[in-house]
Amino acid sequence: MIRIELPVSEKDIRKLKVGDEVSLHGTIVTARDAAHKLMVEEWPKFVEPLLKDGAIYHCGPVMKKTGKSWKAVAAGPTTSIREEPYEAAVMDHYKVRLIIGKGGMGPKTLKACKDVGAVYLHAVGGAAPLLADTVVRTKAVHLLDELGVPEAFWEFEVDGFKGIVTMDSHGKSLHSTLLRKSKKKRDAIIGL
Amino acid sequence: MQKDFLELIRRASCDLPADVIRAIKQGRNAEANGSPSRSALDDVIENCDLASRTSRPICQDTGTNIWYVHHPRSVSQMALTRDILAATRKATKLAYLRPNAVDSITGKNSGDNTGPGAPVIHFHEWSRKSLVADLLLKGGGSENVSAQYSLPNGAIGAGRDLEGIRRSVVDAVFNAQGKGCGPGIIGVGVGGDRATSMIEAKEQLFRLVNDKNPDPVLAKLEKTLHKQCNELGIGPMGFGGSTTVMGVKIGARHRLPASFFVSIAYLCWAARRASLSISGGVATYSQISQQAMKYKLPATAARKGR
Repeated sequence: MIRIELPVSEKDIRKLKVGDEVSLHGTIVTARDAAHKLMVEEWPKFVEPLLKDGAIYHCGPVMKKTGKSWKAVAAGPTTSIREEPYEAAVMDHYKVRLIIGKGGMGPKTLKACKDVGAVYLHAVGGAAPLLADTVVRTKAVHLLDELGVPEAFWEFEVDGFKGIVTMDSHGKSLHSTLLRKSKKKRDAIIGL
Repeated sequence: MQKDFLELIRRASCDLPADVIRAIKQGRNAEANGSPSRSALDDVIENCDLASRTSRPICQDTGTNIWYVHHPRSVSQMALTRDILAATRKATKLAYLRPNAVDSITGKNSGDNTGPGAPVIHFHEWSRKSLVADLLLKGGGSENVSAQYSLPNGAIGAGRDLEGIRRSVVDAVFNAQGKGCGPGIIGVGVGGDRATSMIEAKEQLFRLVNDKNPDPVLAKLEKTLHKQCNELGIGPMGFGGSTTVMGVKIGARHRLPASFFVSIAYLCWAARRASLSISGGVATYSQISQQAMKYKLPATAARKGR
């Protein structure tokens, strides 16, 4: 298990390779469909310090408010491929080092990982309470009223958030490898 | 009945049915030691235990809430709807459900899981005196990789026969890759119109993972497809491995001579279903849905049946 403290340098991220198991310590920021659309349309300034050398987490959590503080009740990853049209531009603009989600992403994001110096970290889809328990503090929430609970930008301080690198900064992607392999199998099984 | 419906939602969201857990454990044991696939399923198993112990949602995407309510003649559907909506709002407040209903035109989240078409409620009147409510929470990631084929389909050489159905299902599971949070359970609806074909596919998802289709033709096709989908090698989360799906369940409806639909409803490993029975004012909960009773239950489940 490789320990990564956030924010993280480009040099350290470029050391990671597909298959590496990673645990994260520091701040990660949730952003999913509405947040990505908003970022590429308006390039909001408030996210700049949050994302520079930082991590975007594709997640729409279940949150509970007690008094003034928010607690993550369930916070697993959401499907990342929906952000494929936006992610490369977001990574380049804000210099993001880690994209965390599930299901993997496409060629545009893979190229951005190489160009910007970033990796895609796959968390276990659906493991929501397990991952929520690595959130030690909800530092802040942005645009909650405008976007709603699942779509808002949540700043999570995590300690020991686990994932596996499935796309690295050297142009390798476990997802495209498996797609190629399983396509051959499909053609054989279907009889094409 | 609001209180009983609330408890049903809590159980569906926080307790994965025993037959699904068993299937996940079998999948875990089939994956290689030290592989990411095995480690992912270890996390899944630990996660389900944690969710159950702490009454928290197994997955933050608490999904489309699909209700099937079987009720006696004397019960008002309007009153039942009111109680289901009230229970849904309360469950959202208690964080058993994430606010998951979004106005498609304005983008505004209703904040309480209710709104046009949410939750989904199917009513069925029957001659019994008891009321049975089945609930399935179906996640959005797996819904997005669900698919519908109109046969014949030239691209995969699928004609209007069993072979065409087989090809459609294998192709859909291939296209889903790891994006539907596998290992999945595959519901298949053959025939109907575009809407009822998918409804049939989703009704199949209420079945127990290890049951058997009483129709020998469909039973054989389910077995073949279960094996062949796993041969794709996509594995848990799309990490590669031998457990791509936990089961394939097929139902058929009559169709028009002009149409032949094959609908594939992909259900993520978080197959969250629960069932409530109210008889003589007493509520009892079960992990076996009314829809599941139409199929040949495995011996262990049959003993506990309603």
